[in-house]
Amino acid sequence: MNNGLSRFNLVSLVAGFAFLYLPILLLVVYSFNESRLVTVWSGFSTKWYVELFSNQGLIDAAWVTFRVALISASVATVLGTMAAITLTRHLRFRGRVLFTGMVFAPLVMPEVITGLSLLLLFVAVGLDRGFLTVTLAHITFSMCFVAVVVQSRLLTLDRSLEEAAMDLGATPVRTFFQVTLPVILPAVISGWMLAFTLSLDDLVIASFTSGPGATTLPMKIYSQVRLGVTPEINAVCTILIAVVTTGVIAASLLNKQREIQRARDEQAARQEGG
Amino acid sequence: MKSLGSIRKSFAPWNDPAATPYIRFENVTKKFGDFVAVNDLSLDIYEREFFALLGASGCGKTTLLRMLAGFEEPSAGQIFLDGQNLSGIPPYRRPVNMMFQSYALFPHMTVEANIGFGLKQDRMPRDQIAARVAEMLKLVKLEQFAKRKPHQLSGGQRQRVALARSLAKRPKVLLLDEPLGALDKKLREETQFELTDLQQELGLTFLVVTHDQEEAMTMADRIAILDKGKVMQVATPAETYEAPVSRFVAEFVGSVNLFDGSVSAREGSVASIAYGDGLTIAADNAGDAAVGDQVAFAIRPEKVRVASRKPEAGADNVMSGEVWDIAYLGDMTIYHVKLDDGRVIKSAMLNSSRLVDDPLTWDDRAWITFAPDAGVVLTR
Ligand SMILES: Nc1ncnc2c1ncn2[C@@H]1O[C@H](COP(=O)(O)OP(=O)(O)O)[C@@H](O)[C@H]1O
Ligand SMILES: [Mg+2]
Repeated sequence: MNNGLSRFNLVSLVAGFAFLYLPILLLVVYSFNESRLVTVWSGFSTKWYVELFSNQGLIDAAWVTFRVALISASVATVLGTMAAITLTRHLRFRGRVLFTGMVFAPLVMPEVITGLSLLLLFVAVGLDRGFLTVTLAHITFSMCFVAVVVQSRLLTLDRSLEEAAMDLGATPVRTFFQVTLPVILPAVISGWMLAFTLSLDDLVIASFTSGPGATTLPMKIYSQVRLGVTPEINAVCTILIAVVTTGVIAASLLNKQREIQRARDEQAARQEGG
Repeated sequence: MKSLGSIRKSFAPWNDPAATPYIRFENVTKKFGDFVAVNDLSLDIYEREFFALLGASGCGKTTLLRMLAGFEEPSAGQIFLDGQNLSGIPPYRRPVNMMFQSYALFPHMTVEANIGFGLKQDRMPRDQIAARVAEMLKLVKLEQFAKRKPHQLSGGQRQRVALARSLAKRPKVLLLDEPLGALDKKLREETQFELTDLQQELGLTFLVVTHDQEEAMTMADRIAILDKGKVMQVATPAETYEAPVSRFVAEFVGSVNLFDGSVSAREGSVASIAYGDGLTIAADNAGDAAVGDQVAFAIRPEKVRVASRKPEAGADNVMSGEVWDIAYLGDMTIYHVKLDDGRVIKSAMLNSSRLVDDPLTWDDRAWITFAPDAGVVLTR
């Protein structure tokens, strides 16, 4: 009785999930709506998806978004990993506390402020707003997320692994590439994925720092929605949801499988004894 | 192995004034902030020696190894290896290898790759690496596990991989930090002998850290007993046990009975030690203890005899009391005898026959005796 779901728990569970997923479900359903009117169901159709692929504006925006996300996530991963290593490894390095604070500040900084300050910077140095500036802006704000993810892994990493590598003759650089990086790679990859998704769905910072010819998908969607929600937009969003969900599920399945395999191996090793 | 055994018998370079030490710690101090982990320590270790650092947890053993390996720089003092001053040389350029307490096996590499890692860093040709790795796998009897990852191995197997990895480069000195600490008792005993065999076979210098005195005694040629970052005694296992230089060493290594007193008379090498109320002990080999010195007489339980009958008159060092406690261990029995003056003395008697005619039991009247040369006089 105690372990079963009470009526109250059941209701709150359903309500919670409904609150989370009903809007998304509606969006997906209406993307297959025959009618142009978003709120009136008139039959199943995939015509909005077909139309979508002939909408050059949306396709261009998607392509820009994808490239920005790819480049900014990759650069942010390199920089964020480097920052994380400096923060965890060089304990005696002066001004570490200040540096830590400065790297993590953008995590809590309102996006509007980040966007605005970057805009001011780009104007001040005379950089024309466009593809480059959005990418730079995304690197700046996603780098600290990568740093947080990688740092938490580094803190639990057995330092003697790196010492063992050096003891066996590996220089610090080779130690990093042959031991540290492979061991923390899962964290680096999650950092990259986080940076990639952050860049993919960023609207605020992109609005500040992007310019003509570099409209990202969220910007495009937002501007179109202001003219009224169309089933086309629903279709784009459904595709986005599908991509992200597939990614998340695949990643967690892979992880799960690795864990199970590992547990099995350890069990086997124990049973063999010796 | 037999011939090595006989070479071993005469292996004592530390007694040879012409021998030069291979590893030399010279007034080494290591501070972490205000905390002194190693305190003005000097130590000489000779080539091909199996040397053990023995001490309680936290006494600075690992720190000493880490300074030799190059992970920590001494705050003061110098370390020499084969005549070369090691200061400022990074770990990856030192001809020593270390087996880590946690083994520190690379989790993403196979056993083979772990063992070959150091050779790869030296850019040894591939075929030579493969040959050396195979040799090492054979040495530690892990041939069929070459392709496994560390998490697919048992604790004992991991320990052997770590050993093989640290031996693969044929270092001048192998540092072992509590190499058997994570193994269960039976495996530990087997591995102790494997390690000594290996060390003699390869002719390397081993510096092993342990907090287990039995382990140190079994394996090492010499033992340094450390306390709070200082060396208390450096000696062979037999010397540390039979001739400890201080109360600390006597109590740290094995079990001991201590009598605190002062020297009341001296006759040649024999001193009379007054303790308690007008009681004396005759102690041979009293060294430089002079009349009036505060000393402690230390005697090991197995050198104290216990009997149910009063010894004949004229015997040395007779004390009487009653049996307080008996611990039967199979091979021997430990008697705790409460003397008439209240102190409790431990005596270990070998059970050399299965049946004892005259068994002592609890509360029996008992006499203990020991020879004057069975114990040592400690002035520190
Ligand atoms: N990097 C360090 N920073 C501060 N204190 C340390 C450090 N390494 C060791 N110590 C201290 O030095 C003392 C000796 O440590 P260690 O050499 O590891 O002891 P042992 O190996 O004999 O158990 C311990 O009290 C430990 O807390
Ligand atoms: Mg230690």
